[in-house]
Amino acid sequence: MAFKNFKVETDIDGIALVTWDIPGRSMNVLDETSTTELEEILKQTTADAAVKGVVITSAKEAFCAGADLSMLEGMNKEYAKVLKEKGEVAANQMLFDQSRRFSLVLRGIETCGKPWAAAINGLALGGGFEVTLSCHYRVAAENPKTRLGLPEVKVGLFPGAGGTQRVPRLVPPQDAMTILLKGDPVTVDKAKALNLIHAIVPAADLIKAAKDWIKGGGKAVAPWDEKGFKLPGGPVFSKAGMMMFPAGNAIYRRETYDNYPAARAIMSCVYEGLQLPIDAALRVESRYFTQVLRSKEAAAMIRSLFLSMQELNKGARRPQNVPASKIKKIAVIGAGFMGASVGYVSARAGLDVVLIDRDQESADKGKAHAKSVIDGLIAKGRAKQAEADAIMSRITPTADYAALGDCDLVIEAVFEDRKVKADTFAKAQQYLKADAIFASNTSTLPITSLAENFKEQGKFVGIHFFSPVEKMMLVEIILGKNTGDVALAAALDYVRIIGKTPIVVNDSRGFYANRCVGRYIAEGNEMFLEGVPPAMIENCAKMAGMPVGPLSLSDEVALDLGLKVIKATEADLGPNSINPDQKKLMVELVEKQGRLGRKNSKGFYDYPEKGKGQKSLWPGLSALQPKQLDPDTIDIEELKQRFLVVQAVEAARTVEDHVITDPREADVGSILGFGFAPFTGGTLSYIDFMGARKFVELCHKLEAKYGSRFTPPKLLEDMAASGETFYGRFPPKKAAA
Amino acid sequence: MPEAYIYDHVRTPRGRGKADGALHEVTALALATVPLQALKERNNLGEDVVDDVVLGVVDPVGEAGSDIARFAALKAGLGETVPGVQISRFCASGLDAVNFAAAQIMAGQHELVIGGGAESMSRVGIGASGGAWPMDPSMAVPAYFMPQGVSADLIATKYGFSRDDVDSYAVQSQQRAAKAWDEGRFSKSVVPVKDVNGLTILAKDEHMRPTTTMQSLAQLQPSFTVVGQMGGFDAVAIQSHPEIERVNYVHHAGNSSGIVDGAGAVLLGSKEAGAKHGLKPRAKIRAFANIGSEPAMMLTGPVDVTEKLFERSGMKKSDIDLFELNEAFASVVLRYIQAFEIDNAKINVNGGAIALGHPLGATGAMILGTVLDELERTNKSTALVTLCIGGGMGTATIIERV
Repeated sequence: MAFKNFKVETDIDGIALVTWDIPGRSMNVLDETSTTELEEILKQTTADAAVKGVVITSAKEAFCAGADLSMLEGMNKEYAKVLKEKGEVAANQMLFDQSRRFSLVLRGIETCGKPWAAAINGLALGGGFEVTLSCHYRVAAENPKTRLGLPEVKVGLFPGAGGTQRVPRLVPPQDAMTILLKGDPVTVDKAKALNLIHAIVPAADLIKAAKDWIKGGGKAVAPWDEKGFKLPGGPVFSKAGMMMFPAGNAIYRRETYDNYPAARAIMSCVYEGLQLPIDAALRVESRYFTQVLRSKEAAAMIRSLFLSMQELNKGARRPQNVPASKIKKIAVIGAGFMGASVGYVSARAGLDVVLIDRDQESADKGKAHAKSVIDGLIAKGRAKQAEADAIMSRITPTADYAALGDCDLVIEAVFEDRKVKADTFAKAQQYLKADAIFASNTSTLPITSLAENFKEQGKFVGIHFFSPVEKMMLVEIILGKNTGDVALAAALDYVRIIGKTPIVVNDSRGFYANRCVGRYIAEGNEMFLEGVPPAMIENCAKMAGMPVGPLSLSDEVALDLGLKVIKATEADLGPNSINPDQKKLMVELVEKQGRLGRKNSKGFYDYPEKGKGQKSLWPGLSALQPKQLDPDTIDIEELKQRFLVVQAVEAARTVEDHVITDPREADVGSILGFGFAPFTGGTLSYIDFMGARKFVELCHKLEAKYGSRFTPPKLLEDMAASGETFYGRFPPKKAAA
Repeated sequence: MPEAYIYDHVRTPRGRGKADGALHEVTALALATVPLQALKERNNLGEDVVDDVVLGVVDPVGEAGSDIARFAALKAGLGETVPGVQISRFCASGLDAVNFAAAQIMAGQHELVIGGGAESMSRVGIGASGGAWPMDPSMAVPAYFMPQGVSADLIATKYGFSRDDVDSYAVQSQQRAAKAWDEGRFSKSVVPVKDVNGLTILAKDEHMRPTTTMQSLAQLQPSFTVVGQMGGFDAVAIQSHPEIERVNYVHHAGNSSGIVDGAGAVLLGSKEAGAKHGLKPRAKIRAFANIGSEPAMMLTGPVDVTEKLFERSGMKKSDIDLFELNEAFASVVLRYIQAFEIDNAKINVNGGAIALGHPLGATGAMILGTVLDELERTNKSTALVTLCIGGGMGTATIIERV
C-alpha cells in the first residue's frame, strides 16, 4: 500500500525500511496523516510474516521537528465546539482520546513483537524524538549539528506520547527532570552519554547499522517490559527518591513560581508514572496531557511563542510589493555601548559594518567591544577563533563619514539629543547613496519629528534595539508618519538577517515596549510609596511572572536616567503628567543620596564588588517610605495583578492609539522585549484569556483603589460590552509563506 | 459529661538517637513496653482493667509498624482483653494520644485508658514512613513543602530572631534541664530501661550538654543553609512569604531538638474508675484542641491552637501558671513567647527538647507529665501543653490539678 508521508521498502532480509518524507515540506512534522499512516504501517508490518523487523528513518535533513502545533490549535477549536454542544465531560473525553491515540501507536511499536530500530539521520525533537524512544534501538548519524530532545515545555506543553515515562526509565531521575523541564535539546554525543540513544555511526552507515542490529538478533522488548526491570534511580519511595523528589518540587517552584502547568504536570507524570507499570503510566501521562492541553497557558504559549513568533520572523508585516532588499553593508554611527553592539550582531550575521564615531579612537573602542564579546564566547567554547577573525575583519572603525558612501543601511545610535541627532543627519546625508535607508535607534524621541531633519522622510525609519543587544531578541521598527514601504521592508529584511524578531509599531512617545515597561517600573515605585516592603515588591513581581523586579530594573536602567525621564515628561506634558511623590523619591535617591543604580553600585540595592556575594536591598530604603505596611495585611494576589494589569492596560491603549496594529506584535513584543509573564502569552493575550469584561472589572476595581493609571481605554470598554477579543477584533494577517 | 483524670505518668530516659546511643539496642517494641509496664506496676493495675492503649508513633514502619500499641500492651502484661491503637499526628502524636484517651473517657464509653507514645529514632529513622506531602508535586508545591528546619529559619527571619536570640534560648534550655536533673525534679517519673536480666541499660537522659555556652554554640554552622540554597527551599520560603529578601539561617544542632529514643505513657480514667482501682487523681484534662495552620511556616501552629483553645475553653493567658511548648526549634518557642507576651519564667521551666531530645511520637505525653510534676512541685494549678506539628498543625491541652 502506498503512503503519502512514508515510503516502505522491505529488503531481502525481511527488514522494512520506513522512510518519513512529507511531500512539500522541508521538515517532517508529526501531523494527523503521519499518525494515521504510522499506525497503518505498524499494522501491516506486524501482520506480514515476511517482515522480520523495521527501521524508521527520514529522507529529509532532519528526522522530525516534532508535532505540528497548528494541529493542536485545531484540536483546541474542536474542543471548544464539543464543549459548547455536548458539555465538559464529553469535550474532555474527546481530548483525552485524541491525546491517547498517538501514545498508543507508539506503545504499539514497542510491543508489536518485531524489533524496530530508529535510524536518526538528523534533528529529532518532541513527538519526533518520542517516536525514536518507542523503538527498541536508536542509532544516530554522526553530526555535531544534530540536536535531540523534548522542547515541548518551552511552548507550555510536555512530551505526552511517552516522553515523561520513557526518559526517566532510561536515565537517572535528576537528568530526566533536566531534560524534560528545561527542554534543551542535546547533541548526539550527549544523548549517547545519557543513554538516550544506543549508538552513533557515520552518516553513510546509518541504515546499515540499524539493519545490522536487527539481523544480529536485536530484541523486540523494551527494558521496562522485561521481568526484573529496575528504574535507573531506584524506586520513588527509596532513599534516593527521597533525596530527589522533595528538592525537585522545590526547584520546580524556584524556576517557575508555579506559573507553568506543563512543568508541574511533568513532575506529577514522573512521580506517579514511576510507581506504575508502563501501560498504566502512559495512561496517567495522557490524563495530564489532556489537562495541560485544556490550560490557557498552553494555548497562549503555543500561539505567541510558537505560531506568532514564527509568523513575525517570516515577515508577516512586510509589504508584499517591495522586492527583497539587498543589504550587504551597513553603517552604525555612534560607537558607544549600543552602537558597538549593533555593529557586532550585524557583523556576526555576515554583514560588512562601518563603525563611525567622532574620532578614530572612539570608533576603535566600539570595535574593541565587539572583540570582547566574541572573546567571551570563545572562552566559553561557544565560538571558534576563525569565526571571530571573520567577524572582526568585517568591522571597519572610522571617523570618516565618507565611508557611508556604499552602505545600504545606516543606523544612528548617537546621544539622545535632538540637536546632536540633527547634526549627525546633516553630516551623513551628503554621503549616502541614492537608495540607502536611514534608521534611528532612538528609544525616546518620536521618529516623525526626527525625520523632519532628514531630506527624504520616506527613507527614514526607527530601528529600536533593546539592551543588551547580543541577548535581546526583539527589535522594534517604528514607522514615522512619512516612512515608506521600501524603508519598512529594508528594516524588516535587516532584522531577519541578524536573526531577531521584529515588531512594527507606529510612532508615539516610548513607542510600545518602553511605554509598557515604564508603567511596570512606576508601579513598583507606587508600591514602595504605599509602604509595601521592598522585598515584597520585587518578589511579587517575579511571582507574577516578570523576570526582574521593578526596583532592580530601575537600578539597571539607572535611577538618574529615570529621574531625567520624569523631569522631561513634566516639562513636555505638564505637572499633572507625573506623580510628584515619585519624583520626590527619585530626587532623594539620586540628588541627595547619590544613588544612581547599578552603575555606581548604589541604587535601590547595594551592589558588592564582583565575586563578593549577592546584591541586597539598601537598608536605608525604609526611611524613604512615608509609612510601612504590615506584610501580613497585604494582598499578595493583588500586588501580582497590579504588575500585569498596569502593563496590559497600557498595551490596550497602544492599540487604541494605533501604535500597535497587530495583536501578535504586542504579545510577542512584550515577552521578548521586557519579559512580560510568558505563560500569559503576552500583554493582549493576558486580557483575551481573562476576557475583556473581567479584565475591565478588574481595572475598575484597581482604579478605585489606586488611580487613573488603571482606567481602561474606551476600546476595552467596547470590547467588554461586545465580548470581543483582540485577536477577534483585530485579526492578524496570515504570514507570507 | 464525665471528667477525664490523670492518675499517673511515666517516661523512659531519652537515649541519644544514634547507633552509639544507649537505647539503640532496645527494640521499638521493648521500648514502648517500658512505660506501660511501669504504669501497671506503680498503680497495681490488675489484668484486663484497661479499656484501651493509644500510642503515638510517627514512623510506624518496620519493627514499629503494624499497630505496635496492641503488642506493647500484651508484652506489658496488661491482659489479652486490652486492645491498642497506634496514631500519628507527627510531633504531637503523644499529646494527641492522651487527648484521644481523655476523649474516650469524657464520652463515657471507656473507664481507664492509657495514652502515650514511643519512638525509636535510632532504629527506625526519621522519615522512614515516607508520605505524599514532600514527594507528590500535587501536594508539595501548593503546600510550599520545605524541611522543618527551613521553616524554623523562616520563622526566625519573619519574626526577627537573630542567631544570638536562638542560641541564648538554647543555652537556657540546657541550664534549666541540668538544674532539673540536679534537683531531682524528673525522678518521680523517669523509669529506667532494663535488660532481660533486670540490669539497667539507661537511667538518665543522655542527650544533654549542660556545659553549653554561647561561645560553644557559636562554633556550629547553620544546618539548613545547604538544603535551602542547593535544594531550592530558599525560593519556596521566599515565595510563601515574599516580604523576605533572604532566609536568615540560624538553626543548628545546638538550638534544635535532639534526635533521641524514648517512650512515655499517661494513665487516665473517670472518677469512678479511679475509686474502683484505688487510684488518686493528680489532675484533670480541662480542655484540648487541634488546628491546622499555615503549612509553609508550618511550626506556628501552637500560636493558632492556643488562641482556639482559649476561645473554646473560655480561659485566658492569666489562667495558665505554666506553659510547656515542645522545643522543636528555638524560634518556635521564641515566636510563641512573642505572640502571647509570656513571662520567660513560666515557660519550659525545666528545659525542653533542645537539651533533652524529642522522641517524636512520645514527646507530647512526656512533656505533659513533666509540667504536671512541676505544678505539683511548685504547688501551682494549671498548665498548657502544646507542640508544633509537621504539615502546619497544632495540638494543645490544658490540665488542672485536683
